[in-house]
Amino acid sequence: MTTVDRPPYRIVGTRPIRHDGIDKVTGRAKYANDVQIPGHLHARFLRSPHAHARILSIDTSRAEALPGVFAVVTGKDFPEVSAVLREQTEGAMANMGLLSRHIMARDKAWFRGHAVAAVAADSPHRAEEALKLIEVRYELLPPVLDALEAMKPDAPIVIDGLVTNTSRTTRAGGILGPGEDGPQSNVATTFVMELGDLANGFEEADIILERDYHTTAAHQGYIEPQAATAFWSTDHQLTIWTSTQGPFAVRDNTAAILKLSPGQVKVVPAEIGGGFGAKLNITIEPVAALLAMKCGRPVKLAVSRLEVFEAMGPASPAYVHLRMGITNEGRITAADTRLIFEAGAIPGSPVPGAANCMFSPYNIANGRIEGIDVVVNKPKTLSYRAPGAPSGAYAVEQMLDEFAAMLGKDPIELRLLNAAHEGDRRINGVACGSMGFQETLEAAAATDHYRSPIEGPWRGRGVAAGFWGNATGPASVIAGLLPDGRVSYIEGSVDIGGTRTTAAMMFAEAVGMPVTDVRPSVADTDSIGFTSNTGGSSVTFKQGWAAYEAAQDLKRQLIERAAKTWDVPVDRVRYEAGVCTNLDDEAKTLTTNQIAARMNGTGGPIIGHATVVPRGVAGGFAVHIADVEVDPATGKVTLTRYSCVQDVGTAIHPGYVEGQMQGGAAQGIGWAINEEYVYNAEGRMENSSFLDYRMPTALDLPPIETHLVEVPNPGHPFGVRGVGEAAFVPPLPAMANAVAHALGTRMYDLPMSPRRVLEALARQ
Amino acid sequence: MESFEYLAPRTLAEAFAALGNGKRSLMLAGGTDVIVQLRENRRSCDQLIDLKHIPELMAVDIRADGGLDIGAAVPLAELYGNRDIARRWPGLVDAASIIGGRAIQSRASFGGNLCNASPAADSSPSLMAHGAVLTIASAGGTRTVPVDEFFAGPGRSVLQPGEVLLRVSIPPQPARSAVFYHRFIPRNEMDIAVASAGVRLVLDESGDRIASARVALGAVAATPIMVPAAAEAVVGQAPVADTFAKAGEAASAAAQPITDMRGSAAQRKHLVSVLTVRAFEHALQRIREGR
Ligand SMILES: Cc1cc2nc3c(=O)[nH]c(=O)nc-3n(C[C@H](O)[C@H](O)[C@H](O)COP(=O)(O)OP(=O)(O)OC[C@H]3O[C@@H](n4cnc5c(N)ncnc54)[C@H](O)[C@@H]3O)c2cc1C
Repeated sequence: MTTVDRPPYRIVGTRPIRHDGIDKVTGRAKYANDVQIPGHLHARFLRSPHAHARILSIDTSRAEALPGVFAVVTGKDFPEVSAVLREQTEGAMANMGLLSRHIMARDKAWFRGHAVAAVAADSPHRAEEALKLIEVRYELLPPVLDALEAMKPDAPIVIDGLVTNTSRTTRAGGILGPGEDGPQSNVATTFVMELGDLANGFEEADIILERDYHTTAAHQGYIEPQAATAFWSTDHQLTIWTSTQGPFAVRDNTAAILKLSPGQVKVVPAEIGGGFGAKLNITIEPVAALLAMKCGRPVKLAVSRLEVFEAMGPASPAYVHLRMGITNEGRITAADTRLIFEAGAIPGSPVPGAANCMFSPYNIANGRIEGIDVVVNKPKTLSYRAPGAPSGAYAVEQMLDEFAAMLGKDPIELRLLNAAHEGDRRINGVACGSMGFQETLEAAAATDHYRSPIEGPWRGRGVAAGFWGNATGPASVIAGLLPDGRVSYIEGSVDIGGTRTTAAMMFAEAVGMPVTDVRPSVADTDSIGFTSNTGGSSVTFKQGWAAYEAAQDLKRQLIERAAKTWDVPVDRVRYEAGVCTNLDDEAKTLTTNQIAARMNGTGGPIIGHATVVPRGVAGGFAVHIADVEVDPATGKVTLTRYSCVQDVGTAIHPGYVEGQMQGGAAQGIGWAINEEYVYNAEGRMENSSFLDYRMPTALDLPPIETHLVEVPNPGHPFGVRGVGEAAFVPPLPAMANAVAHALGTRMYDLPMSPRRVLEALARQ
Repeated sequence: MESFEYLAPRTLAEAFAALGNGKRSLMLAGGTDVIVQLRENRRSCDQLIDLKHIPELMAVDIRADGGLDIGAAVPLAELYGNRDIARRWPGLVDAASIIGGRAIQSRASFGGNLCNASPAADSSPSLMAHGAVLTIASAGGTRTVPVDEFFAGPGRSVLQPGEVLLRVSIPPQPARSAVFYHRFIPRNEMDIAVASAGVRLVLDESGDRIASARVALGAVAATPIMVPAAAEAVVGQAPVADTFAKAGEAASAAAQPITDMRGSAAQRKHLVSVLTVRAFEHALQRIREGR
């Protein structure tokens, strides 16, 4: 459904075949591990077998002496970089000093799988043989593996010198300077957001609930492990081929860590086999670079699935304490929460993501959110679709479900009653912009799924909503006219969701040309202007703006050429759908193809371009409905029906939007039912393979129904709002609510695996 | 993964010669266990001896006496793809068709599944319920071992250095009998059994009483186990829910599971009872449907 009349688009809203599709389905697309630079070496990591240990010494001499070994690097080969916070794109902060130590350990191994050395050799087998010759002496330290444990006063300190930052006293890097003294902590950051009068709000309430929720770590599930190839040329230029969502972030951060100038580094993004947030920042690139710099040969560094699980970082586990008050009529009067997020070995969990999203669907006058970021002896957690938001929604949406049951209200009706509207102020102080939450709730209530009965023992239905704010950022496009009238469309956004096709569609729409005549490609960092990460559901939004602006630039040049040809002023030329018409003599027309064929004679190449930093971004809302059936004898939860309803702005390519919604649902369903990181007491992950880390397979999911609600974003030429992440917010609570109704008892922690369901039934 | 040599002997004699050449050897059937283990550095060897070019290990023979001989390296897909086998031994297909997915089943073998000796392997309880017998060959000759006596611990069997598993033999099955095998996994495919149960139910001539039974369990002890007590609990009884429940209790009592990332000990003890009961019900249905 769509809520407003939209312009008569020709291309937007259709479902063309993706430009990269044939290469991908025939196996010709080149991924990072397919990169073959002649004469490249193979590199492997040596990783710490201990979750927490002081590194007393590393002896690499025997490895270096092995014939066929060209370079060995350890922490001492890395330059010292300041631990002062450094601003990233999208306003995120990163501590390069700590990131560098996370990429390669120095004095301490912070987690099992922490890299302590790397070897480049003439074959992968030789590199592995060399690893065995490296002697590392460790002094074992007790590991701390859980955020609550790490917050205790006598907990082992993970990062020497780490002190707590608060929203009031931001301290550079959070690390004690040389000679400085102070209380060290594993609590890296705390912050508080407040709105209204909390005490009053709770006084107005007729019912108050207070609960503790826990979400587990979850793997992003990208199929392609990280891989990077680096080459250091004799004129001191570094080229990196890698699998990344942010080639410019790889450029800038690799330069920062290796103390190079960004202009010395070129990053070539390969096709990417999934990222979901885990490939936003550097993980292995500086190591490949340092090895290449040491031996002057190209070096390929590719990690295994085991290394992905042990060292690349999942979504943060979170403890959410929540207290909410509601009136008998169903109006939420107050909300108070404390969010404790596990950051992994270095600070930077997505606790702000949870804080900014969890209450945002609702208009709540009195609220307080406390966020806490805690380091533990595990790899640094990484973004995973709508980072932080699913854990927050898991708490809020379950509590609303309990309220609905207590008040005898329909869960969608209760949400409609409290739905925020444009202009309402959120607890984080931000006023709601253009939004389609009410429309989404109404559409959900009208689905065949929601109106169908759910009957029988051990069956239950759950509903939940979710919000993601969506991001923006700089984007660049070069649209070069080719001699046959086609356009080579070069952009800076790595394509992980079909975005090169949606950009081409918006460009073709704006120019008035067939989308098949636009040939989109993703360029390296030397060949296109800065473009921020493919993340935050920003790409179709910002690339849509860039496409629109580049189209205007190209059309202006086509008009100029026609005007020049006819020797009339430009305002005497009308451009429409690929045809310039001479307004002084309407019989005279020039098509884009005709102009293109002669452009070198009429003034030279025609290239439209745009660099934008667009404003006007608008958040997205999703409502999911889940039906489950539980086998009480085995505890197994079977999903019988699932629907996603989402405010998608304008669906540029509806097929890709549906794909994002289904993908988000599938990943969230897996997280809800079976996925978990199982650690033993020593900090070793015990289920570090896709066999035992149980993501859902095709046989575990029913067809996932999608309902697109189009409430166009007025801040975008095509009404785009991001769609990739909002879809990942409701599944955890939707599944939890469904299982609670099926069991007649509620679980407040994940996963709802057979064993844990049996335990919950036994407790009942 | 370290480098190793690959050998593909064409006869058993060549294989034994290779096994005796003093190098550290591993055998390769489908490779779906051993290649993974080598790649993850969980095992190492100087030479990998491929058994798939030896005719005896790739033969399938439906015997005149009603038995079935399966070469140790025959891919699983070849078993359930054979219509006679699929019709006459559905209890084997129960196992063969759930080990991994299609791609795995096109390589993986019963022999590899047995010799890998995982307590959770899917073929073991099914073969135990059938009363299968293994033929083991070495340079010195052959010997036979009932599959019930083949396992020695996690990853360990009674195979001695220099020995090769030649074939798995299913003896003729009694009249009015059926085997059913299933496992519990949290997902619907691509998983390792949290617990599993294979049973053979044999009815007497009247069809109202249980003449005999075999009950085998997986993933609840250091090896797959037979549970004679579960069989004794049902013999002479009517094939009804109460009877099967007794077998379930006996199975649960015999189980000595551990807690690991795939499941807890308590969960496994509970599950084998559920699985045993349901396996009996399914086996009974097979007999009633004449399968
Ligand atoms: C994705 C995936 C899913 C899987 N799912 C399942 C599952 O659901 N259930 C399950 O039980 N297993 C599963 N497995 C494990 C494996 O596929 C099975 O154990 C399979 O039956 C092994 O057979 P193979 O022929 O591939 O053995 P191989 O890997 O070739 O050999 C296994 C071991 O037996 C030895 N060996 C093989 N043949 C002989 C012989 N004739 N004589 C002496 N020693 C021999 C080898 O040296 C090796 O140690 C899975 C594996 C993968 C990779």
